[in-house]
Amino acid sequence: MELVLNVLSWLLLLSGAAFIVIGAFGMWRLPDFYTRLHPAGLTDTMGAGLILLGLLLQAEAGMVAIKLLIIAVLLLFTSPTSGHATARAALAAGLRPWQAKDDDKAMGEGGDK
Amino acid sequence: MFAITAFAILVALGIALARAFAGPTIFDRILAVNSVGTKTVLLIAVLGFLTGRPEFLDIAIVYALINFIGVVAVLKYVKYGDVARSDEAGSNNGEGTR
Repeated sequence: MELVLNVLSWLLLLSGAAFIVIGAFGMWRLPDFYTRLHPAGLTDTMGAGLILLGLLLQAEAGMVAIKLLIIAVLLLFTSPTSGHATARAALAAGLRPWQAKDDDKAMGEGGDK
Repeated sequence: MFAITAFAILVALGIALARAFAGPTIFDRILAVNSVGTKTVLLIAVLGFLTGRPEFLDIAIVYALINFIGVVAVLKYVKYGDVARSDEAGSNNGEGTR
């Protein structure tokens, strides 16, 4: 039983880490601010959720598990809110979303020079 | 296993910091710093388990809270030019943000 729990938590940890690296790479690769919101949200929810779940399996029941759940719930509420607030502030500041047809010539490298 | 996860988070932190430095607009930087903050929360939690010290999780909780407050404060500063004012309707939202 112990081994099953360990292997399961290792799988969760590794997949969470993979999501985080993919999210960070997405934030580097995507052309525009509004498209980068997606991988940032991806890392906050999926990556964090899997890693915290993996840690939860390793933690013996008690205060440690409760704190992990607190962190998970906290991230669940704060990261979408901050992503939304950033997007609204960007829109209010007049940052126009990048459209491919706008600058076909700049479609190769990042759109918003 | 924790070490591999911690290393992966460090790599992701590096990439997010690179986006923070390179980000053309200020909102890219805010987004990257917010993402760095969340990754640091996870790094603290994983390191807490790596070194067998469960009290790291308290630090992670506080860090997650402060990260959120910091992002909202920076956004308010960028939008209104200063943080101290209250948000009356129709205030000069949008100007003076570059």
